[in-house]
Amino acid sequence: MTVEPAATRLRHQVPLVAWLVLVWMLLWGTWSWANLLSGLLVALTVLTLLPLPHVVGGARVRPLPLLVFLGHFVVDLFASGAEVAWQAVRPGGVHRTAIVQVQLRADSDLILTMVAEATSLVPGSLVLDLDREQRVMTLHLLPVRDHDEVERKKAHVLVVERRLVQAFGSAADLAALDGHRRDEVPAS
Amino acid sequence: MSTVSEVVAFACLLAGAALCLTAGLGLVRFPDVLSRMHAGTKPQVLGVLLVMVGAAIRLDGWANAWMLLLVAAFQLLTAPVSAHLISRVAYRRRHVRRDLLLVDEYGGRGHQDERYRGDEPGDAPPERPGRGSAG
Repeated sequence: MTVEPAATRLRHQVPLVAWLVLVWMLLWGTWSWANLLSGLLVALTVLTLLPLPHVVGGARVRPLPLLVFLGHFVVDLFASGAEVAWQAVRPGGVHRTAIVQVQLRADSDLILTMVAEATSLVPGSLVLDLDREQRVMTLHLLPVRDHDEVERKKAHVLVVERRLVQAFGSAADLAALDGHRRDEVPAS
Repeated sequence: MSTVSEVVAFACLLAGAALCLTAGLGLVRFPDVLSRMHAGTKPQVLGVLLVMVGAAIRLDGWANAWMLLLVAAFQLLTAPVSAHLISRVAYRRRHVRRDLLLVDEYGGRGHQDERYRGDEPGDAPPERPGRGSAG
């Protein structure tokens, strides 16, 4: 890790401190100045004792696309929950499964993490591996009936990625969604 | 507390409990580790969320609701991570029912696991020994 100026360091730590204070307040459940101050103290202690590397290229939120993503996410959560639950109780046992790889386009730690989290929860898929260098995500798909369905689910992962990039991504990430990047490695 | 919110809370709690039950059923009935992890993430997370919503309606007071919100948020954040780690280890240890796979795009890219057949014990010998070691 490189040594960075104190101002940048501080700016990167502020969201973390805010998040920790928020968690502390939610745990106590009531608002009071004592809670706020003790939360600040705890957050600063935690960040001093257990420093985290800061996340590169985050901290950009567009409210409307975020709402679009959250809306689809909740709907998908119900749909996939119901689907897997049906697979578990249906008399015939599970359908076949598949392991597929998806070439993602966003080049940001934060967005790749969010895509991996979201796809684990949502469209009948589970992240097996994520190659950060080449942005290739390996997924296990549970209910697949035929090859068309495999392709549909792979396409859906890219749709989830697009929604997330539109909500959180930088301009470069947005551009990468449409044009292929120079350094993209073709599947071999 | 009105009757409508009672009914909604009741429905949420019941549906959440039923989903958690199917998650447990899935753990028993699904054929391999990777499939079981599906049962451990999706219906279970949705079930917990519904139980939290039901409880938040049923319990008075914001203090409880905030705590339940926190539980839900951490459930959403942590369930995929643990499922990912377990399934990754399961794949490395070759606890995969390959006969059930319709497509496997992971094996072919010089990955060490390509030399192993399928659902074998973890210390089974590789199919094509001699090309490097797995360790």
